[in-house]
Amino acid sequence: MPGLITMDDLTNEEIISLLDAAERLLPVAEGKLYLPLLQGKILGNLFFEPSTRTRMSFETAMKRLGGEVINLGDVKNSSVVKGETLFDTIQMVDGYTDIIAMRHPRQGAAQYACDSAKVPILNGGDGAGNHPTQTMLDLFTIRQAHGTLEGLNIVLAGDLRYGRTVHSLSHALTRFGCNVTFASPESLSMPEEIISDLRANGAEVRETDDLLSHIANADVIYMTRIQKERFPDEDEYAKVAGAYKLHARDLDDAKAEMIIMHPLPRVNEIDPSVDDTRHARYFEQAFNGVVSRMALMCWLLGVTVPEDINASGGGN
Amino acid sequence: MSIQEQSMRRVTAIRNGTVIDHVPAGKALSVLKMLGIDGSMSNPVSLVMNVPSQKMGGKDIIKVEDRELNQNELDRLALVAPDASVAIIRAYTVAEKMEINLTNEVVNVAKCTFTNCITTNPREPLPHRLIVCNREPLELRCHYCGKTQDVIGLIDNLL
Repeated sequence: MPGLITMDDLTNEEIISLLDAAERLLPVAEGKLYLPLLQGKILGNLFFEPSTRTRMSFETAMKRLGGEVINLGDVKNSSVVKGETLFDTIQMVDGYTDIIAMRHPRQGAAQYACDSAKVPILNGGDGAGNHPTQTMLDLFTIRQAHGTLEGLNIVLAGDLRYGRTVHSLSHALTRFGCNVTFASPESLSMPEEIISDLRANGAEVRETDDLLSHIANADVIYMTRIQKERFPDEDEYAKVAGAYKLHARDLDDAKAEMIIMHPLPRVNEIDPSVDDTRHARYFEQAFNGVVSRMALMCWLLGVTVPEDINASGGGN
Repeated sequence: MSIQEQSMRRVTAIRNGTVIDHVPAGKALSVLKMLGIDGSMSNPVSLVMNVPSQKMGGKDIIKVEDRELNQNELDRLALVAPDASVAIIRAYTVAEKMEINLTNEVVNVAKCTFTNCITTNPREPLPHRLIVCNREPLELRCHYCGKTQDVIGLIDNLL
């Protein structure tokens, strides 16, 4: 069954079409318009590891479109702790639902589920692998700010090795001709196979360990959380994490329209002083998860988002 | 006597069995491992390593007596010796030449070498699938997790 496992599952034209559909759905996501496009449909939320935004925005997206949601709930209280295989779990949920959103600590789990299921699977993160629905909301946010996805200067910063959001995003950005700079400590640099894939596809990517010197030229700075547990000791973590922290005073030379994004949760990497600047876009980005996931679920369930949704929906 | 004849005569001709020629120099032990030949069986096995070869510069040759390789075993061989030639010998003559075709996907031959791949759970029932992304040099990726495989490590992950 088709699903969204990596960004390779979408052509550039499909991405643009989905972003257009997501844009039309904004009044529905905001609760200003009732449009039950997915009435009668059930989403299965299978989150085998913690999630706040992804799980909740999937749930909101389905409910705003008139559908229902069932949740796996806490893994500790499910059959998974009794040793149930992913294959068996998927067989069961496949029978209960029309579409499944899942997150799993093991890489490849989403593809595995996709091969096991009859209903579409949306990958909400698999280990350090991919997170394509996050990429769709990231692309939506970038296009919303800049009016285009093409030819932008984008800096991805922080933990690029284990941060799955930047893996999917870097593939998508380079497909639209963006100039991508990877800013990270060497120990958390972008995996070599991803860089070689990007270069094999003709992308120009740069690597640096100096985030601050790339702010002035950036259209987008995409921050990620550096996880303490990746470092052998606290001192080493503090030293590295300090170099990948943005403060409002660091943005004096930034372009006026430059935006700062973050998949959240943030810890120390964006100082609260940035929140009040015109550059901060991470909370809008989190909201955009709802429209992006609405558009994706409609697409995978074969439901067309009307061109004029005001003519199709009712007031709330 | 040609280089090829000299190489082949380093070990005696076999009456029945399989000759695997043009194994990349130094890879014969890996091939034996992939075929599950570890000395515990009674078949005589002859092996020469690093002999001159016009085609390859250097090569290994393996002769396994009284055993004919099947296609599944050849699939395994494709991971370390995709260009090897295999001849089935019956009554001292070549009865059959077998091709090693490295298919675009290697199914249920070896497990993914990435330790956090979903397929590391031995109870998961779907087939192990490795996609051939490049043939020279050989590059395989797991269909599920997408990780590039450690080709040497795959020998330890044979099914």
